[in-house]
Amino acid sequence: MRGPGAGRATRLLRFVRYEFNDAGGPGMRLYAAVALSGFRRYATYRVATAAGVFTNTVFGFIVAYTYIALWNARPHLGGYDRAQALTFVWISQALLAASALMGGGFEDELQERIRSGDVAVDLYRPADLQLWWLANDLGRACFQLLGRGVVPLAVGALAFELALPADPLTWLAFLLSVLLGVLVGFGMRYVVGLAAFWLLDGAGLTLLSSLLGTFLSGMLLPLTVFPGAFGDVARLLPWSALLQVPADVLLGRYHGAGLIRALVFQAGWAVVVLGLGRMVQAVATRKVVVQGG
Amino acid sequence: MADALSRAAEGLRAYGLIVAMWVRSTMAYRASFLMMAAGNFAATALDFVAILIMFSHVRTLGGFSLPEVAFLYGTTSTSFGLADLLLGNMDKVGRRVRDGTLDTLLVRPVPVLAQVAADRFALRRLGRISQGVLLLGWSLMRLDIHWTPVRLLLVPLMLVSGAAIFGAVFVAGAAFQFKADDAAEVQNAFTYGGTTLLQYPPTLFATDLVRGVTFVVPIAFVNWVPALRVLGRENPLGLPPWADFASPLVAVVCCALAGLAWRAGLRSYRSTGS
Amino acid sequence: MDGFIELDRVEKVFDVRRRAGLLRRERHQVRAVDGISFSVPRGEMVGYIGPNGAGKSTTIKMLTGILTPSGGRLRVAGVDPSRDRTRLARRIGVVFGQRTTLWWDLPLRDSYGLVRRMYRIPDARYRANLERCVELLDLGKLLEVPVRQLSLGQRMRGDIAAALLHDPDVLYLDEPTIGLDVISKAKVREFLREVNATQGTTVLLTTHDLTDIEQLCRRVMVIDHGRLVHDGDLEGLHAVGESERTLVIDLERELPPVTGIPGVRVVRTEGPRQWLAFAATRSAAPLVAAVAERYPLVDLSVREPDIEDVIARMYAEPKPYAVPHDERTS
Repeated sequence: MRGPGAGRATRLLRFVRYEFNDAGGPGMRLYAAVALSGFRRYATYRVATAAGVFTNTVFGFIVAYTYIALWNARPHLGGYDRAQALTFVWISQALLAASALMGGGFEDELQERIRSGDVAVDLYRPADLQLWWLANDLGRACFQLLGRGVVPLAVGALAFELALPADPLTWLAFLLSVLLGVLVGFGMRYVVGLAAFWLLDGAGLTLLSSLLGTFLSGMLLPLTVFPGAFGDVARLLPWSALLQVPADVLLGRYHGAGLIRALVFQAGWAVVVLGLGRMVQAVATRKVVVQGG
Repeated sequence: MADALSRAAEGLRAYGLIVAMWVRSTMAYRASFLMMAAGNFAATALDFVAILIMFSHVRTLGGFSLPEVAFLYGTTSTSFGLADLLLGNMDKVGRRVRDGTLDTLLVRPVPVLAQVAADRFALRRLGRISQGVLLLGWSLMRLDIHWTPVRLLLVPLMLVSGAAIFGAVFVAGAAFQFKADDAAEVQNAFTYGGTTLLQYPPTLFATDLVRGVTFVVPIAFVNWVPALRVLGRENPLGLPPWADFASPLVAVVCCALAGLAWRAGLRSYRSTGS
Repeated sequence: MDGFIELDRVEKVFDVRRRAGLLRRERHQVRAVDGISFSVPRGEMVGYIGPNGAGKSTTIKMLTGILTPSGGRLRVAGVDPSRDRTRLARRIGVVFGQRTTLWWDLPLRDSYGLVRRMYRIPDARYRANLERCVELLDLGKLLEVPVRQLSLGQRMRGDIAAALLHDPDVLYLDEPTIGLDVISKAKVREFLREVNATQGTTVLLTTHDLTDIEQLCRRVMVIDHGRLVHDGDLEGLHAVGESERTLVIDLERELPPVTGIPGVRVVRTEGPRQWLAFAATRSAAPLVAAVAERYPLVDLSVREPDIEDVIARMYAEPKPYAVPHDERTS
């Protein structure tokens, strides 16, 4: 039922689009502010950050020793030497929080807002819902890359012999690859969050998504070690963009056209999942407008 | 002493009451429960899938065969699963301190520990236990163990002691949250990290690490120490033979220390109110 | 022991650490409750009021045994609450206005069932108490609803019922009417009056709403900055605070400010409407009669003074206010 209220809301939205998005400048400034607040919000949890770093480091040690045993028995398993395999361990611990490999970040909050109906307010905000949450998540990822990533990687580099590149361009490519990975991860988690428009209890889907993320990103074991066709398929799925590809970029496994191909692979998945999110969002928005929240 | 016993009985009774209510409420949504339990099962099973993939490339890991690793995995998963089922929600203490809802537990006539431990009792965690038990069963069928009465007795003893040791870690971690209310993740290093460590043979790890988890945070007594005896292997630290049977004793000491830590934490909360 | 609740120079001091700069931390002490003494006899209904951060909640937390006092002596029913917290818990009921003591995801009936078994309430008594609460608090349709789906007013009624199922001797209510609509407020007050009258339950309530006090309590204690600044009746409070009520009158037409009525001053006019301030201790009836006699009165209403206002006025006075039991030493 489209009442006069819905008409007014549409006009308001149109106005808002004009004012903030089409004009370009203010829109970017708004999202930058959202991203900054996402960064700040996580930065205030100092103790929680320290606790997370501690846990990442402990896990890093445990996994590192199992990889040492594995690579001692099979020195070139998955195309990595021992130092590269150990580097993989510490990169995965460093990216665990930033790239939300096991899920988390914002889905719970989005689902809660959908269930409570607060999302109707968000939809009438002078911002696009997806871009608003994306900006927020990029702010979070940025903080967690610094706050939760640097220390475990440094500890790993001190305790073990790692294969970290000396070339600053490789590091730059790695950061770009991480950013693309965060975009892909956000895109998938956003769709999971929006599922709360239809599912009464989104916990099952969130759990499934975090399981797939844990296993198919390469966090439990590099995807290059996965056997046969299973490994081939796993390396083509979007989750490999979260960790496997950035790690391989840092390990210098891609050069020239290969590097471009790897980044395009990530960007392609980012476009697909973000586009999917837009479609789901459009359907969901219609649902909200029709039902009035 | 009698007073302490009656308090413990009162706490267990309250724990049972609250748990029973949550189980009833969980069962009202049976489909959702089954899905979450299956998810819990799958989540823990993936760890073992990773180990299977490792064994697709090697025949032994640190000198241990796949059934032997499965035995370690099954014992620690079962113990940890039990502790997680019974006390897993204790890591919410910090949040209760922050939002002030701990106060509502303090005005009831039953011990706070029982209320915190039973709150939102999650039956879905049976998923992890069943996965551990299945793997333990599989490993026992595949292993060629020379069973003596002593070895036979060691298996249930280590499962129960292991659950108690992990339980003590949960309680101690919760007590720590009275001091640092958003440090819930520290205890994950000891709980989830601990059980991940114990899934693998001790021969994989640096001796100092093994020493640390034997003498400082004695989770090695969950399965490593007694399991090596069952598997007929040497202890890498050269512990005396009686240590293989020390798990129940270690569990009792851990529980007592965790109980003291909890009391100290609650006392400090009641004097500072935050 | 003359009082059921006895406080003798009770103190609560908190250590507060504040971040000052990157690493440096400053420590200082906050005296949330600074030597409070009072005594409440059995069966009395007392209001405990004060501005935010005055120490009300801290006092309630000490009375229930949640917090340990830093100094002084405190007894409820002859028991030291912080030492015998769980034993005392069977004899007290507590309602926190801001957070529920019920189980968030469970229907009210399940929460009550759990309370029954936790407090070991005999079956017959439980049924009788529940029936009474359901009837007086109008909970019949809510029993099967999970707590998280209840409105604030419904949840508050559910919480009050939960606090009374075990027939406590004392009932502490921390802001029981905060955020409630008019009907819920009326229902809650009515119920509290009934419980106090028929069960003889001692009631101590903190509130921001002076109407709560007016309708429920003969005695009111005011706390500010951790000290008791008034202990007496509400009239006394108004007298000390020299607080004023406001008579709002609507006249037939716009007229010059009302004159010639003693003890009244016009504080505002707006078209035919005028605001007349008078001492809160005076009755409004003769005023209304006097106004009606001389002016063409169409409509009128009386506004109560605001609690924060009353306390602010008390503090504006330079002279210290005598506390009836003169045990305060500084």
